[in-house]
Amino acid sequence: MSSNQKFTPHSWPDHPEKATAEGKNKVTGFWLFLGGETVLFATLFATYLALKDKGPSGMKFTSQELFELPLAFVMTMLLLTSSLTSVYAMYHMKSYNFKAMQAWLSITVLLGLGFLGLEIYEFTEYVHEGFGFSQSAFSTSFFTLVGTHGVHVVIGLVWITLLMLRNSKRGLDLYNAPKYYLASLYWHFIDVVWVFIFTVVYLMGVM
Amino acid sequence: MSSVATKKKGLGAHIWDYITTVDHKKIAHLYLVAGTLFFVIGGIEAMLIRIQLAKPDNDFLSAGLFNEVMTMHGTTMIFLAAMPLVFAFMNAIVPLQIGARDVAFPFLNSLGFWLFLFGGVFLNLSWFFTGAPDAGWTSYASLSLMSPGHGIDFYALGLQISGAGTLISGINFLVTIINMRAPGMTYMRMPLFTWTAFVASALILFAFPPLTIGLFFMIFDRMFSGNFFVHTMGGNTIIWEHLFWIFGHPEVYILILPAFGIFSEIFATFSRKRLFGYPSMVFATILIGFLGFMVWAHHMFTVGLGPTANAIFSVATMAIAVPTGMKIFNWLMTMWGGSIKITTPMLYALGFIPSFVAGGVTGIMQASAPLDYQLHDSYFIVAHFHYVIVGGVVLALFAGAHYYWPIMFNQMLNETLGKITFVFFFVGFHLTFFLQHFLGLMGMPRRVAVFKAGQGLDLFNFISTIGAFLMAIGVIILVINVIITAIKGVPAGRDPWEDGRTLEWAIPQPIPFYNFKQTPLIRGLDPYWIEKMDGNKEGMLYAEPLSDIHMPNNSFIPVVMSFGFFVAAFGAMFHQETSWGLYVLIGGLAITALGMIYRSVKDDHGYYIKKEDLLDDKGGKH
Amino acid sequence: MSHEIEIVSKSPKEFAYAKKKSAEAMRNQVTAFAIMIFFTFIAFALVMAGFSPTLVVPVILLLAVVQVILQLYFFMHWSEKGHGIPQFFMYSGALVAFTMVLAFVTIIWWE
Repeated sequence: MSSNQKFTPHSWPDHPEKATAEGKNKVTGFWLFLGGETVLFATLFATYLALKDKGPSGMKFTSQELFELPLAFVMTMLLLTSSLTSVYAMYHMKSYNFKAMQAWLSITVLLGLGFLGLEIYEFTEYVHEGFGFSQSAFSTSFFTLVGTHGVHVVIGLVWITLLMLRNSKRGLDLYNAPKYYLASLYWHFIDVVWVFIFTVVYLMGVM
Repeated sequence: MSSVATKKKGLGAHIWDYITTVDHKKIAHLYLVAGTLFFVIGGIEAMLIRIQLAKPDNDFLSAGLFNEVMTMHGTTMIFLAAMPLVFAFMNAIVPLQIGARDVAFPFLNSLGFWLFLFGGVFLNLSWFFTGAPDAGWTSYASLSLMSPGHGIDFYALGLQISGAGTLISGINFLVTIINMRAPGMTYMRMPLFTWTAFVASALILFAFPPLTIGLFFMIFDRMFSGNFFVHTMGGNTIIWEHLFWIFGHPEVYILILPAFGIFSEIFATFSRKRLFGYPSMVFATILIGFLGFMVWAHHMFTVGLGPTANAIFSVATMAIAVPTGMKIFNWLMTMWGGSIKITTPMLYALGFIPSFVAGGVTGIMQASAPLDYQLHDSYFIVAHFHYVIVGGVVLALFAGAHYYWPIMFNQMLNETLGKITFVFFFVGFHLTFFLQHFLGLMGMPRRVAVFKAGQGLDLFNFISTIGAFLMAIGVIILVINVIITAIKGVPAGRDPWEDGRTLEWAIPQPIPFYNFKQTPLIRGLDPYWIEKMDGNKEGMLYAEPLSDIHMPNNSFIPVVMSFGFFVAAFGAMFHQETSWGLYVLIGGLAITALGMIYRSVKDDHGYYIKKEDLLDDKGGKH
Repeated sequence: MSHEIEIVSKSPKEFAYAKKKSAEAMRNQVTAFAIMIFFTFIAFALVMAGFSPTLVVPVILLLAVVQVILQLYFFMHWSEKGHGIPQFFMYSGALVAFTMVLAFVTIIWWE
């Protein structure tokens, strides 16, 4: 099988993710998928903006009092940094340094887990305060928007972890290089969405 | 699978082959069969509606049952009949037209089909539980949230599953057309059917996510105590209307653009002329796709969005008439001076032009917001959208069935029966829907189960019902035609219409499962025509020497993954009233997740057809 | 579909060039990261300082858009060749997204 050949850093192609026809298709297809995801998240943002602070008459929760900016700020930093570490991983993927790539991906996963932990903490806090999923239209749209992002984080973490485990013995080849590349694209996209969540939900929420 | 030689297979092996297939030609057959099945179900529902409305004060259907039948008719026809039938032709034709051995992601192609099928079956199972959905195919939230029983749950969950399949297939076709074109097949040499499939797939990519989210909102509100549309909790039902139409308007272009593509091929073939104004056709297709996203609120003029919004959406809607008009004139100019051959597909194409123009003109009438206040929710609307959907999409599907039957099955449908089908269907169609314009203008509202006698509505409604029966006769003749053709089993051979222009007609019949022994080299628009004119008996030039061909393996995982969602949907629906619902939901999702993980972790490199086997292979039977 | 992949071993010169190229790309990526962190700080500070929302909202939205563009061009490799199709579809998606958000903040509620 040609795509299973062993490479050296010298024979490893410049764009291993696009070196095979399958890889090329995967990269194109994944970008199109991200285009669809953009619209999907836009729908959630639009609905959130329409239903922000809306609830049953006399609702005591407003975004101004509810959100904790410092926590969201820390979460942003974690996710941004994890985006950088996955860039490092791709840098080593392109120079055929499998060990370094796996190491940077592990750090990415750890940072992602940190983000996820903080998000779960934040959600449970809100629920304790009485701001549950079905408390109001505001709460439903908030949890759906931020929760959908959270689900993406979980999927991304599972994906990257599985990739690392599956290929830990095998090393890099042209069959799994596109998979790593796509997982990293997905992780960046999660960060892109979070930048908007941080700005639109948290920063604009507390004003 | 590794040998190309003909093997005798039992029925069971054939069925297993179809269940696990990743071959785009077989998936096209699956789409065709499933789509036809749902088309017949939706057609029976249509007949029930027309029987109920044949005379005033009729009690053939109860009001509640009428609502269910009417809702399921619309939902079935759009999502489970028209979409898969369009996909059947896209699957069968697009890879052959661009010189590809398969689609970009054969596995996902299969997954898309099975998701659609399980979603469609799930939706139709509603008849056997607490009743079918009954809030109209648009399922407006204020009404659908109040609907008792599980009907709307079936609607939301079923469409969610089949919609996921559609999105996957859309991405697949986009990548196929972007990456898998044969050498020389530039964008501006692509046949128009491929172009329309491309733009329709792009519309799917951007239109289905809003539907997905809208359906999730509906699922959350109905089954997981969300508050998106619950006004006492601060929700807003207008959100559903927006989301539905942000999806729903592009959806009609997703259907009509491939229909335009099929007719473009037919006009050029049977006028024996190059398609007139090819670049402007491409441009018009893209423009329609683009404008399709900017007009959704014209379905909501009477909601009260205000004069500014109504004016903007009104103007944008009217603008769509420009590219559509370009297309109509291009088709007419293609025929002008051509050596026209009136075959069954051409007959449909000729019938399509006046029918679709009529539907388009009434569309422009409704685009005018003040007039729409009068027409809204009347039978005028029903007449309009049946003129564009039946007069456009269904005529194209029938035309495409006759035209592409030899490509898909290596057999020719009977021309005489085909023409009889056309006459019955075409006359019946106009009889059914033309008078409905006037019923609407007289004030008959849509979606009513009964009308009173003595309001001047009796005669037109009765004639409309007669028309519906004529359409049904037409469809039955088509089915008979298919059966007779299958029994006779006369091979059609290559280029049976004798005027094929595009690459798919150049392939020897029956088409081998790898499509092309050698990747073809494309020298211009209508490549087969060019080779014919140059006296090239082979029909194509080759871009590569004969070598091993890489093929994907069949897989059962798509069925497993789709089945997981199917199970999960039942769990979601019953989780509030039963103790087991939640576990079924989690279990179903786990089945899907395991299927996905198995697919990711287990390497599947496909297999190679050896060069020597290709040399031995004369016809490509498999 | 995929034929034998030709394996070309790079000459030492080519290898050095590729190394230099990707080191350059890495430098750009780190710079982009620094800018993103910096912008996040500014946005955070602007909001914490309590300026008027009419002033702050456009600024932080602009900062977010710039961050996303940096992310796309440097982290997701749009600055490299062969990204025409991804750009076309992502910009189309962004246009649809913008239209939808605009509609939802203008014609969902009215008095």
